[in-house]
Amino acid sequence: MSFHVAVLSGGLSLEREVSLHSGRRVAEGLAERGHEVSEFDVDERLIRQLRSGDFDLAYLCLHGRPGEDGTIQGMLDLLGLPYTGPGALASHLAFDKPLAKAALAREGVATPDSLTISVMAFREMGAAALLDQAVARLGLPLVVKPARGGSSLGLRIVGEASGLPAALIGAFAYDNRVLLERFVTGVEVAIAVREGLDGSPEALLPVEIVPREGAYDFNARYSIGATEFFIPARIDPDATAACTEAAMASHRVLNCADLSRTDLIVDGQGKPWVLEVNTCPGMTETSLVPLSAEAAGIEFPDLVDGVVKRALARRST
Amino acid sequence: MSEFSLDPYVDRYASRTLEITASEVRALFAVASRPEVISLAGGMPYTAAVPFEALERLCEELLTDRGPAALQYTGGQGEPALRERLCEIMAEEHITAHPEDVVVTAGSQQALDLLARIFCDPGDVVLAEAPSYTGALSAFSQYQIQVVHLPMDGDGLRVDALVPAVKDLRARGKRVKFLYTVPNFHNPAGVSLALERRGALLETTASLGVLVVEDNPYGLLGFDGQILPALRSIDPGNVIYLGTISKILAPGLRIGWVLAPPPIREKLIMVKGAADLCSPAFNQLLTELFFRRYPWRDLVKEYRGIYRERMEAMVSSLGEHMPEGTRWTVPKGGFFVWVVLPDGLDAKKILPRAISARVAYVPGTGFFADGQGRNALRLCYSLPPPERIREGVRRLAGVVREELALYRALIGGGAP
Repeated sequence: MSFHVAVLSGGLSLEREVSLHSGRRVAEGLAERGHEVSEFDVDERLIRQLRSGDFDLAYLCLHGRPGEDGTIQGMLDLLGLPYTGPGALASHLAFDKPLAKAALAREGVATPDSLTISVMAFREMGAAALLDQAVARLGLPLVVKPARGGSSLGLRIVGEASGLPAALIGAFAYDNRVLLERFVTGVEVAIAVREGLDGSPEALLPVEIVPREGAYDFNARYSIGATEFFIPARIDPDATAACTEAAMASHRVLNCADLSRTDLIVDGQGKPWVLEVNTCPGMTETSLVPLSAEAAGIEFPDLVDGVVKRALARRST
Repeated sequence: MSEFSLDPYVDRYASRTLEITASEVRALFAVASRPEVISLAGGMPYTAAVPFEALERLCEELLTDRGPAALQYTGGQGEPALRERLCEIMAEEHITAHPEDVVVTAGSQQALDLLARIFCDPGDVVLAEAPSYTGALSAFSQYQIQVVHLPMDGDGLRVDALVPAVKDLRARGKRVKFLYTVPNFHNPAGVSLALERRGALLETTASLGVLVVEDNPYGLLGFDGQILPALRSIDPGNVIYLGTISKILAPGLRIGWVLAPPPIREKLIMVKGAADLCSPAFNQLLTELFFRRYPWRDLVKEYRGIYRERMEAMVSSLGEHMPEGTRWTVPKGGFFVWVVLPDGLDAKKILPRAISARVAYVPGTGFFADGQGRNALRLCYSLPPPERIREGVRRLAGVVREELALYRALIGGGAP
């Protein structure tokens, strides 16, 4: 069965480039499976265009704000147009790393200890004087990242306390709240959870991420050849099971829908720590979800076709 | 277990190719191309000023009279008639040139690539101003050239820095191949090499045995119409001159050229042929017709007026809005203002904040091969109209003030 799908990408998000790549690829995949596809680079004409287009569904390939944070989902709810991925509230929660971490921890999903600091705390309340305590609590190295936003933009791993202020300045350029997180040494893993037509979630095999040098930062993510991937991840069966369970739990706890990706670190004891959950995972040539689907024998067009069908089935139940 | 590589060819690339990576800055520029963002980043000429009706007539004439030739391959050195016109353009800058010594290229950018190719082995040194044109740096990096920057001041390149730098490099066994310089209305620094320094620069480079590559896209765009003599006009034997129509007509035609001493010219013709056989005949013949028929000096004059007004809008807004401790150059021509932010600020780190505030610039580090320029940035005023420039600078100043307050709270000790 084929549908008229509006693929939404681009916009003014700082992740615009990645989003455009995702959108392009998703549109091609859907067209290959016989859907009628219209692509939109999101701007102020969007709602008018969607209203006049007689669409069955919006496929969201919007990374970052305002696509992943619930804004667009709220608008589409009002418009009455079904869309892929979770609703406004769930999107908002999952996109906000501190909130998502708290929700996960409450449900027993392990996530590294962290602190959230707002720019106001520094500018108006002298929080700089508290950085020593933050370092004492979280240890070194520690991870600094914007509270919201993806693609590792603004992410820094700080090895020495003296480097912390500069890393904070870098992260605050992306968001007015920043997360300081304990650095967990271990194997970096991503797991996609995909819902079947009836909504039953299924975890794909864990992908192990090994940057050729340094951290899995923006350059390592999007420079072809800069990172090696192993599928399944080279971790023992117990750790694999624990990771899979953590990804399934994350998908459930954060009310993800259709398709999600959970990023984790497996520490030396084989314990998985959830770093973040993506409700609208990247679909570019260098993205992890399409890669793990491919390893599972799921062709890219079938992956996105499945998302469309599940999203529509979800609305009709 | 299987290992997945996203690029099955990854083990086959040349080592220099593996050095090309994705970058946060490039990704952020994807947003800067949206109309909501005031881009003071890319150095794009105001092509809306091109006399399109005249060009249209010339296109028609060209296709009617010489269609088959215009759509045919042509000689690698470039159309002879065009090379004559290019010599007329160079005469404006006091250069006496023979069309035989001109090689037409795809903009000056191809000339940079070809020169790097014929002169430099990996590890060879090219001298350049600090800062230097980012496109030249990327052309040089493709050939694994080491760029060594020489300081500038308000009068351009500091000629006194040449001798010690070259001696030091040679003492360390380095081969210095040429000096790359933009003497007029420098990109990105916005200053020109003072007249009295030009002779000294040429004497010094000649005595050191270092060739000079003079890149001169903006020489005719002095706001007061004053044209300084090109380096090539003073020392034809030791200067390779790069010209372009990109800033006096339009960059979309991709017509640039090299004027070089005959032995170098011969090498250039050969590598140019190997690179792309020839520059597009149609574009060459159209350009030739334009510079033969159209009063192009009037167009240059119009460009000067447009850019002067925009520069003034930018510089006055900078004065009005930027926080204390910010410095900038005041160009007398060309496209660019070089801004140095208060100590400690990092223009690259501020870029996401600026893009979110809907204004874009190029961080200073892009104009250095060695990581300098962190607290600097380049602003370009050539494309947006004056009111957009003023609004862009106002947004930028707000962003810099926020960053400064944060910097002071986090690093500079105490509240602002």
